[in-house]
Amino acid sequence: MGLLEETGTNKEINKIGSSPPSCEHKCYGCRPCEAIQEACPTIKNILLLDSEGKRVAVKYYSDEWPTNSAKLAFEKSIFTKTQKTNARTEAEITMLENNIIVYKFVQDLHFFVTGGDDENELILATVLQGFFDAVTLLLRNNVEQREALENLDLILLCLDEIVDGGIVLETDGSIIAGKVATHNMDDGAPLSEQLLYEIRIFLAFSAVES
Amino acid sequence: MATPESSSAPAMEIHKKCEAGNLERTVFNHILWVYSENLHDGMRALWSFKVECDMGEARIRCRGFVYRRVEIKQDPCTMAQPLVKKDDDRDEEGSLWAGIIFFKLKLDYSPFLGIEKGAVLQEARVLMTLSWMQGDVRRAKRSRRSDSDVVTVSLSLSLSLSLSLSAIQMHITPVRFEATEVFFAVTKLFQSRDIGLRRMVYLMIKELSPCADEVIIVTSSLMKDMNSRTDMYRANAIRVLCRITDGTLLTQIERYLKQAIVDKNPVVASAALVSGIHLLQTTPEIVKRWSNEVQEAVQSRAALVQFHALALLHQIRQNDRLAVSKLVTSLTKGSVRSPLAQCLLIRYTSQVIRESGVNTQTGDRPFYDYLEGCLRHKAEMVIFEAARAITELSNVTTRELTPAITVLQLFLSSSKPVLRFAAVRTLNKVAMTHPMAVTNCNIDMESLISDQNRSIATLAITTLLKTGNESSVDRLMKQITSFMSDIADEFKIVVVEAIRSLCLKFPLKYRSLMNFLSSILREEGGFEFKKAIVDSIVILIRDIPDAKESGLLHLCEFIEDCEFTYLSTQILHFLGNEGPKTSDPSKYIRYIYNRVILENATVRASAVSTLAKFGAMIDSLKPRIFVLLRRCLFDTDDEVRDRATLYLNTLGDGSVAETDKDVKEFLFGSLDVPLTNMETSLKNYIQDPTEEPFDINSVPKEVKSQPLAEKKAPGKKPTGLGAPPSAPTSTGDAYERLLSSIPEFASFGKLFKSSAPVELTEAETEYAVNVVKHIFDRHVVFQYNCTNTIPEQLLENVTVIVDASEAEEFSEVGTKPLRSLPYDTPAQTFVAFEKPEGVPAVGKFSNMLRFTVKEVDPSTGEAEDDGVEDEYQLEDFEVAAADYILKVGVSNFKNAWESMGPDSERIDEYGLGPRESLTEAVNAVINLLGLQPCEGTEVVPSNSRSHTCLLSGVYIGNVKVLVRLSFGIDGTKEVAMKLAVRSEDENVSDAIHEIVASG
Repeated sequence: MGLLEETGTNKEINKIGSSPPSCEHKCYGCRPCEAIQEACPTIKNILLLDSEGKRVAVKYYSDEWPTNSAKLAFEKSIFTKTQKTNARTEAEITMLENNIIVYKFVQDLHFFVTGGDDENELILATVLQGFFDAVTLLLRNNVEQREALENLDLILLCLDEIVDGGIVLETDGSIIAGKVATHNMDDGAPLSEQLLYEIRIFLAFSAVES
Repeated sequence: MATPESSSAPAMEIHKKCEAGNLERTVFNHILWVYSENLHDGMRALWSFKVECDMGEARIRCRGFVYRRVEIKQDPCTMAQPLVKKDDDRDEEGSLWAGIIFFKLKLDYSPFLGIEKGAVLQEARVLMTLSWMQGDVRRAKRSRRSDSDVVTVSLSLSLSLSLSLSAIQMHITPVRFEATEVFFAVTKLFQSRDIGLRRMVYLMIKELSPCADEVIIVTSSLMKDMNSRTDMYRANAIRVLCRITDGTLLTQIERYLKQAIVDKNPVVASAALVSGIHLLQTTPEIVKRWSNEVQEAVQSRAALVQFHALALLHQIRQNDRLAVSKLVTSLTKGSVRSPLAQCLLIRYTSQVIRESGVNTQTGDRPFYDYLEGCLRHKAEMVIFEAARAITELSNVTTRELTPAITVLQLFLSSSKPVLRFAAVRTLNKVAMTHPMAVTNCNIDMESLISDQNRSIATLAITTLLKTGNESSVDRLMKQITSFMSDIADEFKIVVVEAIRSLCLKFPLKYRSLMNFLSSILREEGGFEFKKAIVDSIVILIRDIPDAKESGLLHLCEFIEDCEFTYLSTQILHFLGNEGPKTSDPSKYIRYIYNRVILENATVRASAVSTLAKFGAMIDSLKPRIFVLLRRCLFDTDDEVRDRATLYLNTLGDGSVAETDKDVKEFLFGSLDVPLTNMETSLKNYIQDPTEEPFDINSVPKEVKSQPLAEKKAPGKKPTGLGAPPSAPTSTGDAYERLLSSIPEFASFGKLFKSSAPVELTEAETEYAVNVVKHIFDRHVVFQYNCTNTIPEQLLENVTVIVDASEAEEFSEVGTKPLRSLPYDTPAQTFVAFEKPEGVPAVGKFSNMLRFTVKEVDPSTGEAEDDGVEDEYQLEDFEVAAADYILKVGVSNFKNAWESMGPDSERIDEYGLGPRESLTEAVNAVINLLGLQPCEGTEVVPSNSRSHTCLLSGVYIGNVKVLVRLSFGIDGTKEVAMKLAVRSEDENVSDAIHEIVASG
């Protein structure tokens, strides 16, 4: 089995909030367990699409869309649904398939943040604002698709710094941008000379095995 | 084809950009850009770039690529490879760019289009080259070339990595070796000291989710990073390591993680805490040991560390109610800094409130003050979270609700759409349970109808429809009409459904609501939307008798210009059933016959059936219907011709003369067997070749797992056209037909009422049995629906032994045993009782299922010959007074009440004793009497001290009964009730009082 195929199962580990708190009969059988909302605020995905609804950078934190085609379908429906709205001055909001989506458009870029339908809308909006501010800073106010593609690495790092496995890491745009934009050399960084050696050993062993 | 002008323009742009700084990267990226858009233009741009500027390194790089491209002149796929192999310094650089450009090319403008497996493999090779380049970078360093070179290379590497990451996100799944190849190529980049590049490597590793073997390869590198001096390395290495690690490795690094949790750098602490939250799902026993450190982190000065620590601490302790309560108590007193943490605390607080209940002495709720205090927080996020928490408190009082509603009302006029949406959505939910509390916001809500954001507008309308009173309906409808034209279908459907329920609530307003429905029916719209409207009209026609004529005409007009065959046929069917019962049926004929002339074959055929129904019901129309039907004999479609011939003959035009009753039975009777059962029976029939004709009576009539379905939707009427014409009568019809088909019961006369099934067994027992009580004038028949849930058993001679010793007025007159009950095929057995005529005799019946069990071989499905007698105890049930009362609503209670006259009125007062709430008392009385609540009066506004409930129904012997109930509740929850009954027979009024007095 290919290494990449395993991602589906490994991702299971990362989901949070989606499962109701596990019942160990601590309620002393007084009433049936019900899924109640007490979990941490959870982000299901963050999307950055272009003016035709195609991906620029996306990150999914929920396993609600298990396959790539499900993801693409979601992106398509969300894009068609919001395309005609004017979300250029203030962030807008809509609902789709029991999800709440807050979004904002700038030039030819469309920013989306998705959460469950019982999520606090304002938390989602804060995350969106953080993402948007960070991207604006990283692209030096040139928030457009071309610039975004040329700095795709920065945007992906930015997504990584905002949310980790659905949990909000940071919401302040300038702090997020600050964490991402450090492209300098660090001589103190550990250099892995040993790594090459380990790879050689590994490859040698797998050669012997096959 | 590109013109010279168009190609020189990007070149000039590049030129300008180059001067701006960050020279080489910009140059490179722009060439990529130009090139990726148009191959030809790109080439020209590169050439002109080379010609026009002289910029050392950049030019050389371009040349490296351009030369190769020109020389090779072949498919880009094969291009990168030979280049990679060259060991010449310059060429290597050129090949690097070539590789990346190639990759970008493959990606076709956006990095996500046209990616394929080959591209990823190619990328891996590029990465190999890149790491090779690292060696080159070191060489370059030795030869004292400037640091900026190194940075440039790292930057392009980083970009290249992000492209391949995007490719992996697309789930391109190469075979094992290739994936490993990508992984190794990436991990080699651990040798770079560039922070950004290292971060990209982390990201790649996370995205690749390596297997255990590969994890080992990177573990030591990651662990080194985890202990490095650079905080960014530490934080990210922790997150990567926790993501890819398993339990055994976790114990090795546990010590570092504990340290990291209390690290003074907030980024590191947050990384460790968030990783802890994730790990709690897989290895809770390890994470639970960190509780002390996490507790320390809750006190952190950094806002987000506090948030993450609180989330983790709560998850660790979530099963210990006392600990959660303590945590909440201590934190609600202190100051939690971050708004996010505050939101979290509010959620935990409402959980504690839910579990602790109201303080009975003072009537106060613990922690309510805290929630109310949060309404004055400076962050909107916290204010909203608190307001929402208050509205969701169980049994929330108006006093508690008011401050939250006030805050939400302020949000309604905010300039931010998100805030408006959040507020209106919460208020919409509140309106379902506490409509009165929301009425204060109605003015703000009405201004939201014209909101740019259609979700907000729709929520506002549905809220208004829920809270509106009878007088505001007309004004509201006017506003909605202007709004309907510019929203999407899905929103329109929501509005239509809200209007339907509003109309059922205020039947007197049916005229304006029906007009509204018909006007939107004429507008543009998709199938789902049209279906929702038609369904609503049908339901209104059914429930509001006054609305029938106008509703039918609206439907007729709709089918004159209806593009949906399904809706046309359904409406024609409905028209056939309801049309003949109206005052002037002839006016519908024109609409129906127009269908025969204008529509497609399917619609024509159903129009013919509808015509026939009119002919059968109304003798005066018969001759004219015959004329129309005869014209249909020349239709081009054979189904239409067949139907016309058939109906002409059955209606008496032809030779076959049928009795009137048979004709009606034939035309209006529906197939009384479930279609799925019919299908299985027919399949079985075809499998055994036999001379016997197929007997429809052999088809089992019970719907599989019917009791389950009914349990799921208690009291939920089937809606719309898909449902039978009238839910109560149609199941009644089915029962009536079923009973009259049994000779023993045929003489009992007309069925008065059939009860809903009453379960006599627990769910998931060996045999599932429920009973339906059929009430006749002088008899009662119990229909036991039995299901055998054991595959290894066949039951035979199934009967129910009924002990009626506690039902004195009843005497058993007959039983109909069930011959055979195979696995999972529901079937019925009946027991009939005689009772005094017209008297609502009550009593309790205990039941025992008796049968012969035969073992079945599960492999062959054959039963053994010998069986064993066995019995199975069922639960008792009662025949109560409510079984003798039919639920029949009236559209205008006041008129009906006054027309009944005060002579038959009986009034008395009753004490109902202490009750949990007024709602509970009202429901108890409604259930006891089995009458239909009118005008939505069964809903008690929360916290009200008194309530009036209006009921109507038909008592056995077809006597109309109207009941007015006035309830009052005092401080000690004692409920008093005044019961006023009017009916066509004063004895019945007394009988109703009797029921209440004895109940």
